[in-house]
Amino acid sequence: MLRSLQIEPEKCTGCLQCEMACSYQAEGVFNPSKSRIKIFAFHHEGRFVPYTCTQCTEAWCMHACPVEAIVINQVTGAKEVVEDICVGCKVCTIACPFGTVNYNQDTAVVQKCDLCGGDPECAKACPTQAITYVASEQGGINRMRAHAAENLPQDNA
Amino acid sequence: MKHVIIGAGPSGVIAAETLRKLDSTSSVIMVGDESEEPYSRMALPYYLTNKIEESGTYLRKDADHYSDKKIDVIRDRVSKIDTKAKSLKLDNHSAIDYDKLLIATGSHPVSPPIDGMELPGIHSCWTLEDGRNIIKRAKPGANVVLMGAGFIGCIILEALALRKVNLTVIEMDDRMVPRMMDQNAGNLIRGWCQNKGVNVLTSTRVDAIEKANGGALKVRLNNGDALDADLVISATGVAANIQFLAGSGLKTDFGVLVNDRLQSNMPDIYAAGDVCQGKDFSTGQYTVQAIQPTAADHGRIAAMNMTGKNMLHQGCVNMNVLDTMGLISSSYGLWMGVDGGESVKRCDNDRYRYLSLQFEDDILIGAQSLGLTQHVGVLHGLIRTKLKLGKWKDNLLKDPTRIMEAYLGTTQAIGHNAGII
Repeated sequence: MLRSLQIEPEKCTGCLQCEMACSYQAEGVFNPSKSRIKIFAFHHEGRFVPYTCTQCTEAWCMHACPVEAIVINQVTGAKEVVEDICVGCKVCTIACPFGTVNYNQDTAVVQKCDLCGGDPECAKACPTQAITYVASEQGGINRMRAHAAENLPQDNA
Repeated sequence: MKHVIIGAGPSGVIAAETLRKLDSTSSVIMVGDESEEPYSRMALPYYLTNKIEESGTYLRKDADHYSDKKIDVIRDRVSKIDTKAKSLKLDNHSAIDYDKLLIATGSHPVSPPIDGMELPGIHSCWTLEDGRNIIKRAKPGANVVLMGAGFIGCIILEALALRKVNLTVIEMDDRMVPRMMDQNAGNLIRGWCQNKGVNVLTSTRVDAIEKANGGALKVRLNNGDALDADLVISATGVAANIQFLAGSGLKTDFGVLVNDRLQSNMPDIYAAGDVCQGKDFSTGQYTVQAIQPTAADHGRIAAMNMTGKNMLHQGCVNMNVLDTMGLISSSYGLWMGVDGGESVKRCDNDRYRYLSLQFEDDILIGAQSLGLTQHVGVLHGLIRTKLKLGKWKDNLLKDPTRIMEAYLGTTQAIGHNAGII
């Protein structure tokens, strides 16, 4: 069963536990700037939005990579960066239209969410279940429908 | 069905794989004229710095990749296409028939019309073989002159600097990467490189290259100066490999002319990558972009159409990302803006930070960034989706760094917006 990260921004309090957990898992340090998941703050609305790679099927980053350094994990479906192969050309960072592949100047390779091999630390660290790891078919599609329905008549007002 | 691809670069390889994925029974033949395994020119700078071995430049890492996928790789040069007989002639005089043909022959470096360009010690940095030759001469302390500070020149610049050569860069235009960044950004990149010990001469031209004593070269500039050089690297532009198509009946301009299915004027012949004059997303014009993401997109879309699918090519966003000795720059779409559009710029020249956004109505159409590595891809996404930013455009005019928030605030179910709680 393929699983995905489900993100429910309305439950996010902006505590950044997920960023700390991600950074520690991926880099061995507690440094939110190294995190693959990011919390974006909307202070005027009092809202926080966690956002990371959605592991899209026809992954732009993977197709754009000139040296086959981004590969599919056949178990989790994640698109993973193979650090030994990545040359650091950064083409994937501009190809990804969601902005979720970032270049790390310290390691000179790119970094993105790899779902922690199937046990994502961000979901475990989230105290309000704003980030959960669920069966893919339960994922975001219903939320996207609800949001689209809400916004259609107002013409993006 | 017999699919033949001319060219074994990224576009050709992706097309071959896509053809195989969609059609397990047809024969797929890929003809490439270099003796190497199919490799990426994008990776050459990292080969020059020893970050990777030659094999690190290969497009696919598994030695049996092509045979496993039943893709026949032929190492030879196509000298001629007979479009009536639907047959290719190779340099070794054998012929290959095709049902569907993809031209993905890429581009070649253009040598500037300067006396002395044929002298030993002058190289392009385009092929793996060029890379081997450059490594031989670019020893620590060697005098190296790099002609051209366009995208390719600048990508090599960092590799040469890391090889600890004594480097001078000559650019005809008034700034570095003139087709990628504006004056402000180009000047910041120059300042950054000069601070790191690279001599950058803009608005300067090489008049001639002459032999000097002991196998070295003398590079004469239009300002009267002359530079000693152990190695000259020419990176003054590239042009599509269309020469072999003369007389074939295929229509060409700067590249092979195609429609919005990447199909040439001959229905069974398609083109992709650097050789293809394909649609530019931003202008709707047909141009040669010669960039990696476009080569990858073209390869996939052309292959789908070759198998009988009807895939519309909506155009590629012209974009580039560059690392000049640790200063990372990127540009997208109509970064220079349009008449009647609006723009916002933020500069912090002391810290080499720059961000410029260009809008038409409330849609992002172009962008440039300097010193930004986080979430830059969203600039591409906002341009590509023509997302109507509404109030977020005004927010961006006040603070252009909030590009991710603009994207999320416009597209995501946030808080009460979500309508589901």
